[in-house]
Amino acid sequence: MTDKRIDNKHKQWQDDYKKMLPDDKVRSNRSDIKIKPLYTPEDWDSNRYMDDLGFPGQGPMTRGIYPTMHRGQTWSQRQLIGLATPELYNARVKQMIAMGANALSMIPCNSVYRGLDVDEVDPILLGTCGVTVNTVDDMARCLDGIPIDKMSIGLNDPIPFTMLAQVLAHAKNLGAPWKKLTGTSNQSDYISHFVANHMFYRIALKGSRRIQMDQIIFLKEHCPGWNPVSIVGQHMQQAGATPAEAMGLTLSTAIQYAKDCVERGLEPDAFLPRFTFFFDISISFFEEIAKFRAGRRVWARLTKERFGAKDPRSSRFKFHCQTSGVDLTRAQPLNNIARVAIQGMAGIFGGCQSMHTDGYDEALSCPTEEAALISVATQNILKDEAGMTDVIDALGGSYYLETLTNQMEEQIEAIIAKIDEAGGMFEAVENGLVQGIIGESALAFQEKVDSGEHKIVGVNAYQIEDDPSLRKTQPWPDPDVMKRQIELFCRFKEERDQTEVQRALEDLVAAARSDDQNVYEKIVQATISKATQGEIISCLREEFGFGHPLVMA
Amino acid sequence: MVESESREAIIPRVLVTKIGLDGHDRGSRIVAAWLRDSGMEVIYTAPWQKIDTVVKLTQEEDVDVLAVSSLATDHLLIPKLMAALREAGYQHVKVVVGGIVPDADEAILLDSGVSRVFHTGSTKEEVVQRISEFAEEARKAPAVVTFD
Repeated sequence: MTDKRIDNKHKQWQDDYKKMLPDDKVRSNRSDIKIKPLYTPEDWDSNRYMDDLGFPGQGPMTRGIYPTMHRGQTWSQRQLIGLATPELYNARVKQMIAMGANALSMIPCNSVYRGLDVDEVDPILLGTCGVTVNTVDDMARCLDGIPIDKMSIGLNDPIPFTMLAQVLAHAKNLGAPWKKLTGTSNQSDYISHFVANHMFYRIALKGSRRIQMDQIIFLKEHCPGWNPVSIVGQHMQQAGATPAEAMGLTLSTAIQYAKDCVERGLEPDAFLPRFTFFFDISISFFEEIAKFRAGRRVWARLTKERFGAKDPRSSRFKFHCQTSGVDLTRAQPLNNIARVAIQGMAGIFGGCQSMHTDGYDEALSCPTEEAALISVATQNILKDEAGMTDVIDALGGSYYLETLTNQMEEQIEAIIAKIDEAGGMFEAVENGLVQGIIGESALAFQEKVDSGEHKIVGVNAYQIEDDPSLRKTQPWPDPDVMKRQIELFCRFKEERDQTEVQRALEDLVAAARSDDQNVYEKIVQATISKATQGEIISCLREEFGFGHPLVMA
Repeated sequence: MVESESREAIIPRVLVTKIGLDGHDRGSRIVAAWLRDSGMEVIYTAPWQKIDTVVKLTQEEDVDVLAVSSLATDHLLIPKLMAALREAGYQHVKVVVGGIVPDADEAILLDSGVSRVFHTGSTKEEVVQRISEFAEEARKAPAVVTFD
């Protein structure tokens, strides 16, 4: 900036500031970027507008991926729902739809995440964290009376995508064409499971890699409205990565998957438009907004420069986000309503396409119904009362936010370069490089909390005697209801055509052993033939190896 | 069954583990690092350990304190773990649980013999100090060790 008046006044302000605040301490955000007390045109000059920002839906995409953004269409309110049995799940979904939820999501029981059927697990754990959905029959009861061809469906369905196979089988039984289904395989990012969310990691790396590619190819032909790939930064940030690291590592993962698709002979513009992302939103408000804006810019550039994408849809950084559970506290739990609202605002100003807001009681138990309803209302308040959807990228042009967006972008690029140097994300996770980065950052953050440098209200600051009556928790599933679910499952298994199931599983194994057959096609066929998810995953583990994460501590 | 003498307090040995189905391990990794930093011997396992594996490790690794992390309802298995430890003759081993445990369940865990439940927000100082005290108590107790 050459404006003399600014220079002079800036110096004067610096002197005044130092005089009044001689012992001002250095402040930095979670990505360890130093935060100054004031930002001016010396930090970010609006002459850079077209290079750094441009317009929504164009150029660097910083301001949003669509020309109209939330003013045209607000984000999908995609609340995670997982209740013990298909019937309970179905009732809650219908209630959420009545309240305005416009997309559907499904969280399975932890036993499903581990690839186990209800008859293979200690019954005390069944249905405590999600719905026990093992078969096409379970899925039919989950989705009973819900127009599946008119709602976008988000499935928390890690590789080998047995829940999606159940949805496809259910649609086939209803006569609903697969081409009309829309939705996302929210937990398709096996690398993030290997690294950070171990519960979802079912099948060894190479097998997961194969199945993911087969699923992309299968869906492209048979269910083109489905997003097969959701690359998940949320797990890595929840496991301790800083916001900049989480974004950089996620983009490196996306590069890996895109390279794998190219290797399988797919054109970038044929698969990139169906890539989606899923991120954490911590309470570090400006940093999160800058993270999303920078990520959007890096992805727009990457898709063009590295993959030669020409279709503008390939460069749209579509993301779902979830407010951070790690930031929520057990102490003074109602304070979490305020935290979630601030995190949600960062998601909105960050330009999200879809959002889940946490229940305030996440640090206490699985969300109670009361907490779940407040979290939906929080989104409605932000959307309809607070005027947050009136202006696109409303904080864009702030000297601070633009500087921070540039600084986050630099860090994100540095992480991507580091992973490139290590031979790409696949190798960087196999040799533990990524796990090491995340582990160190988790410890560094915890040290800041312990030392009081990072304040958390009710935990290391402003503690008050807690009222235990505020700690309401979701009751555990009724054992009789779970018993009935196990009985239904056993009857389903008994009554099916066993020869057909056996044949379908043999076909699956043969495809896994072959180089040219599509394994996912066989998973769908086996599900239609009434094989259970436990049977399918067990066959694949036999062929490809059990998913043992690389655990470093 | 052989009764050994009280062992001297040397370096506390802590098994940090997760049982059941969940794999969220940020907490267990941080606690393992805290304990190691403070000079304790830490044996760390991957998640999803079976109860009999944990009992076996307790024996093989001569553990003083068993630290079990639970973020997603696996604490419901803890009373079964406590029974298995007692049955194997390891009632002197102190068991602590960390993570997300509802109040009503905390009472059940303490009744089943768990020494302490650390909730989210527990500090390094508190966790390290209590575990080192528990280790000392475990060492003073006459150990009953089974040799197969």
